[in-house]
Amino acid sequence: MIEAILNYEFLQNAFFSGLIIGVIAPLLGVFIVVRRLSLIADALSHVTLAGIAGSLYLSQSFAGLALLNPIYLGIVASVSGSILIERLRRLYKHYEELAIPIIMSGGIGISAIFISLASGFNTDLMSYLFGSVSAVSRQDLYVVMAIAVVVVLFLVLFFKELFVLSFDEEYAKASGLPAKWIHLLFMVVVALVIAASMRIVGILLVSSLMTLPVAAAMRLARGFKEAIILAIVFGELAVIIGLISAFYLNLAPGGTIVVTSIIILLLVIFIKKIVLKVSIKSKGEEVL
Amino acid sequence: MKKILIELKDVSFQYEYTQALKNISLRVHEGDFLALMGQNGSGKSTLLKLILGLLKPMSGEIKLFGEQANHFKHREWIGYVSQKSNAFNSGFPATVEEVVKSGLVQKVGLFKRYPKDADILVKGALKDVGMEKYLKRNIGQLSGGQQQRVFIARALVSDPKLLILDEPTVGIDRENVQAFYDMLAHLNKHHNMTMILVTHDVDTVSDRVSHVACLNQSIHFHGYKNDFDTISEEQIASWNGHSVRKIH
Ligand SMILES: Nc1ncnc2c1ncn2[C@@H]1O[C@H](COP(=O)(O)OP(=O)(O)OP(=O)(O)O)[C@@H](O)[C@H]1O
Ligand SMILES: [Mg+2]
Repeated sequence: MIEAILNYEFLQNAFFSGLIIGVIAPLLGVFIVVRRLSLIADALSHVTLAGIAGSLYLSQSFAGLALLNPIYLGIVASVSGSILIERLRRLYKHYEELAIPIIMSGGIGISAIFISLASGFNTDLMSYLFGSVSAVSRQDLYVVMAIAVVVVLFLVLFFKELFVLSFDEEYAKASGLPAKWIHLLFMVVVALVIAASMRIVGILLVSSLMTLPVAAAMRLARGFKEAIILAIVFGELAVIIGLISAFYLNLAPGGTIVVTSIIILLLVIFIKKIVLKVSIKSKGEEVL
Repeated sequence: MKKILIELKDVSFQYEYTQALKNISLRVHEGDFLALMGQNGSGKSTLLKLILGLLKPMSGEIKLFGEQANHFKHREWIGYVSQKSNAFNSGFPATVEEVVKSGLVQKVGLFKRYPKDADILVKGALKDVGMEKYLKRNIGQLSGGQQQRVFIARALVSDPKLLILDEPTVGIDRENVQAFYDMLAHLNKHHNMTMILVTHDVDTVSDRVSHVACLNQSIHFHGYKNDFDTISEEQIASWNGHSVRKIH
């Protein structure tokens, strides 16, 4: 594999993008999960699909746009979707989750229209749905890197505010934090990460890379920083194992990465159960 | 003249269907220890939320530390323990240390990291509430009373000038309630920390507070605790619309 990476540019693109996404997706995922926004990531990824499908249609119909990288319209769609979700959430204060099906069905609906306009699925679209090892371009890699810089900057600047906001929103507001703005920025950054991740894991599976490693980390972590570190470790493991097996078995990396994440999650749950049992047993014996 | 920290002029507030507060005027001076009392649904929590800026008044005026509430910038001067502070998501992966430290968020300010001495402040605040041993424990795995103490520590850690507590002793056992009120009295006397305390434990707090306010949509009494003691039970009952028992 290492030799192959050194030799083939497309593999470098896929591998380095994967490594970056393996960090930023679970990193933001921790905030998404603890704030119970997991489904929003799903809704946004479907909106991203609308942007991608639209872009593919445009480049098919207009010769001048033939070289347009779909990732850009994907980002535009995803970010607009995130702002729209926020609007809707505020409108339906007591039914915040209503924003999710509205945006999600909107995204799928628009995608369906563009896909049928472009007369059906082609291999390009398949690679956006389930990820691809071979389709990641150098340009895609640069976009992923730029998004990673934005994510890291955002978290460095707002880490403590995001923590307070996630843990106790009322307290955050009482402390005078600009909760609305930080939340909106957060959603935009989530949208960016979704757009960045879809090239590797695919639109349909993006949200799993943001939630599965976090689900595993939360079984083990006592603290927040601990949860973040573990989530990144699990995410990175899933991406590396998933990409390598996708390459050798010629499978869609989205599938292998998600299956690896699920195996990690199951292992964590299983091992924790055993450790807990053993420690309870040994304590019980001490008492006796 | 002592400084006026909180001033409400003719403040009214209405939820969608309920008038919660009517024409409230209230002044809290620096160094006051005010017990805010009233039956369930009388608007105590609503009043605190108005002061904290969580709700906006429909009419009237609120001033904090002499400034209009919506221009007030020093939220870190005000510590807050909410009524349902332990109703958080108990699966949240956070340690006691991380939660208490988050009480410094406004003091530290946007774009900055917690300073090195934050850890010392956190330990000090936890010691004040007798929870220093639980620094690295997961917050969700503590008992309700222990969680409540952690939230009190979070309010104390920034060393606020004004502490607002909405039934903070719910879930805390009786011995520790005494110790907790002693601590509040100490902070009030020796650190000049102004207190607003919503409570139903009239008998426990009565010899520690300096002022009492009785609320039922509007304020029926606000004055020195000694004057409150001279009011008859019948009088108080007439405000609440049912009988009460005063314990001295
Ligand atoms: N979020 C809300 N939406 C609508 N009405 C509310 C809301 N919160 C409180 N109310 C109503 O406003 C009134 C005052 O409520 P508030 O919570 O201020 O009372 P309280 O004095 O704190 O009561 P308790 O002793 O039970 O804590 C009540 O009639 C209540 O039904
Ligand atoms: Mg209340």
